[in-house]
Amino acid sequence: MIRNTLESIAGISIYPIFSFVLFFTFFAGMLIWVFRQEKTYIQQHGELPLNDSQPLNPEYHDTETR
Amino acid sequence: MPQTTIYYDNKIVRNFAWATVLWGIVGMLVGVLIAVQLFMPEANLNTEYTTYGRIRPLHTNAVIFAFVGNAIFMGVYYSLQRLLKTRMWSDALSQINFWGWQLIIVAAAISLPLGYTTSKEYAELEWPIDIAITLMWVVFGLNMIMTILNRREQHMYVAIWFYIATFVTVAVLHIVNSFELPLTLFKSYSFYAGVQDALVQWWYGHNAVAFFLTTPYLGMMYYFMPKAANRPVYSYRLSIIHFWSLIFIYIWAGPHHLLYSSLPDWAQSLGVVFSIMLIAPSWGGMINGLLTLRGVWDKVRVDPVLKMMVVAVTGYGMATFEGPMHSLKSVNALSHFTDWIPAHVHVGTLAWNGMFTFAILYYIIPRIFRTELYSLRLANMHFWLSTIGLVFWVVAMYWSGITQGLMWKQFTAEGTLQYPNFLETVLQVIPMYMVRALGGTIYLIGALIMAYNLIRTAASGSLISDEPALVPQRDTNEHEAVSWHRRLEGKPALFTVLVTLAVLIGGIVEFMPAFLVKSNVPTLASVKPYTPLELHGRDVYIKEGCVGCHSQMIRPFRSETERYGEYSKAGEFVYDHPFLWGSKRTGPDLHRIGGKYQDSWHYNHMMVPESMSPGSIMPAYPWLVENIIDTSLTSDMVAAMRTLGVPYSSQTVNDASLLLNEQALQITERLKKDGISTHSHSEMVALIAYLQRLGIDIRQTTTTQIITP
Repeated sequence: MIRNTLESIAGISIYPIFSFVLFFTFFAGMLIWVFRQEKTYIQQHGELPLNDSQPLNPEYHDTETR
Repeated sequence: MPQTTIYYDNKIVRNFAWATVLWGIVGMLVGVLIAVQLFMPEANLNTEYTTYGRIRPLHTNAVIFAFVGNAIFMGVYYSLQRLLKTRMWSDALSQINFWGWQLIIVAAAISLPLGYTTSKEYAELEWPIDIAITLMWVVFGLNMIMTILNRREQHMYVAIWFYIATFVTVAVLHIVNSFELPLTLFKSYSFYAGVQDALVQWWYGHNAVAFFLTTPYLGMMYYFMPKAANRPVYSYRLSIIHFWSLIFIYIWAGPHHLLYSSLPDWAQSLGVVFSIMLIAPSWGGMINGLLTLRGVWDKVRVDPVLKMMVVAVTGYGMATFEGPMHSLKSVNALSHFTDWIPAHVHVGTLAWNGMFTFAILYYIIPRIFRTELYSLRLANMHFWLSTIGLVFWVVAMYWSGITQGLMWKQFTAEGTLQYPNFLETVLQVIPMYMVRALGGTIYLIGALIMAYNLIRTAASGSLISDEPALVPQRDTNEHEAVSWHRRLEGKPALFTVLVTLAVLIGGIVEFMPAFLVKSNVPTLASVKPYTPLELHGRDVYIKEGCVGCHSQMIRPFRSETERYGEYSKAGEFVYDHPFLWGSKRTGPDLHRIGGKYQDSWHYNHMMVPESMSPGSIMPAYPWLVENIIDTSLTSDMVAAMRTLGVPYSSQTVNDASLLLNEQALQITERLKKDGISTHSHSEMVALIAYLQRLGIDIRQTTTTQIITP
């Protein structure tokens, strides 16, 4: 019954197809983009929190190194 | 590169940190109080202001918006400045954000015990406070976005993406779910009714979990975990995938809160599919967090910050695995309405939010006060108390939830319910309620120890209100050719728009059919609007928070139709502004309670529940006979409902008071016959009128509508 109700919306048949295409493109696009990034870019970004400030007073900040 | 000295604002971070500690303790204390009330109803202190129905929302609002809310601001204000190498854009906005948010919390702490509530879970606050929340959220967002626009660091680290998504989505959710028609300064009615209201509410409720309790914490995870471990995040690529897939998928999953309810089937299925898909980004994030610790696990043994983080992230992983499992209809059939749900929620809150917040506090406080943590021993003790408290709490509720769920569904060989008396299933799990209260108390003691430790830490140092940092000077020359996503990151405004689009798509696709096609909610000819007295009674039901323990949604299972009667139809709720389906059955479902008992039964049960149901854990409501309903509002109330689309005639609006008096007298007469005299305008009479009306409309028709299961 619900299905019949939904069928009465004009153009409802493209809903699922549209949703699928949207999803597929979104995720495919994102994955392609992510894996095409060069390593330096990724590395640079990953290290952002670690060099977020150069302390004026070195004894105050973490002094440990890896 | 030429460098310059700037100053980070630590004062605002400190303010939010102390607010986090204070409200955390208050929220947990209220939690322990309501946990005790569940096995000892007298613990309501015999006042209406401290009774379960009213202070359960106080607990949820306090821990979500006061404890976690302040922790979010603390974490964001600390990490944003450092990640962007920029002080917050406006100190004034930071201060307004802080004091405004505390005022909202105080307003909530006063209005909820007084009974001012919309009854929609995690959105209980009434409309003036809703508006204040919107304003404060905009202040926060503006301050954040302007700081981002004025940044010295070219790149936007993934944590900031999560912060932006948090800001945008919470704004959208809050505004859409808070559409309501004010009746008085402290009372409003939801703009939506029944099924639509439920759909909007759980789209909100689910995404409040996603974008208030999850995304800001993921942002903080991506900042504070690498900091605490002193190494970069395991995979930055994974964090990008984590971000986009999480915000894109999360928004669709709301309907899993309404499985087997009167919500149209297609919407339920949509919710299930997306909930299952959510495992992928959630676990991607969890793994990314835990693997950040590769090579430094030795540190985890000694550093309380890292210990807390490991349990927090593990809790996140457990909760996000359990969530999709609960979304499977067959699991949901058992788990829904039982204590299994609060167990699931508390893995999320006690472990993920709670322990991550503690970790950040232990990280930040010594740093901004330029000192060492006062006591490592106490911090370790706190870690163990939190972990043990959590285990007690959660295991007890798993046990109780599954036990009670199975008892509800148990049939005898003859085909009748094995436990036809609901109360029997409650009495079975009361020991578990005691264990839960114990677990909560242990967790609270841990938090108190933390507060002491942090205060002593702060006292041993002094706050660096403005922390100097040497940062590169602003880049004035344009950069070489850059890729589009890098441009995108360079344009936070555009980035924000895209994030908004990603979350809106899910919301719109989910809503559109339900709103466009009126016949999606089949109307039933026999269902009529409530009478004026019943409307008053409904408000009493809302005010006392009855919905916190009683559902009004009979699912289409034989175990439920046997126990309660005909299953609930979507068409029965078309005049319910707001819907009152509930999400937890501490007491039985009430959708077919109408006509089941005499008026005097309800009267006696409300006055002394144990007189009608020996062993009942429902609190007594003696004030219902003393409180008088405000009949000067009756006509406005009916008119408000008419504005919302309930088909009252203008005559009903005009004669509202007459109709009310007539029905009230009938009930008073019936009570008198049973030897009970009561004021005809007492809240008790109105509530009885409402209860006696529940679910009886469709009894008049012989055939009921068939809805595809």
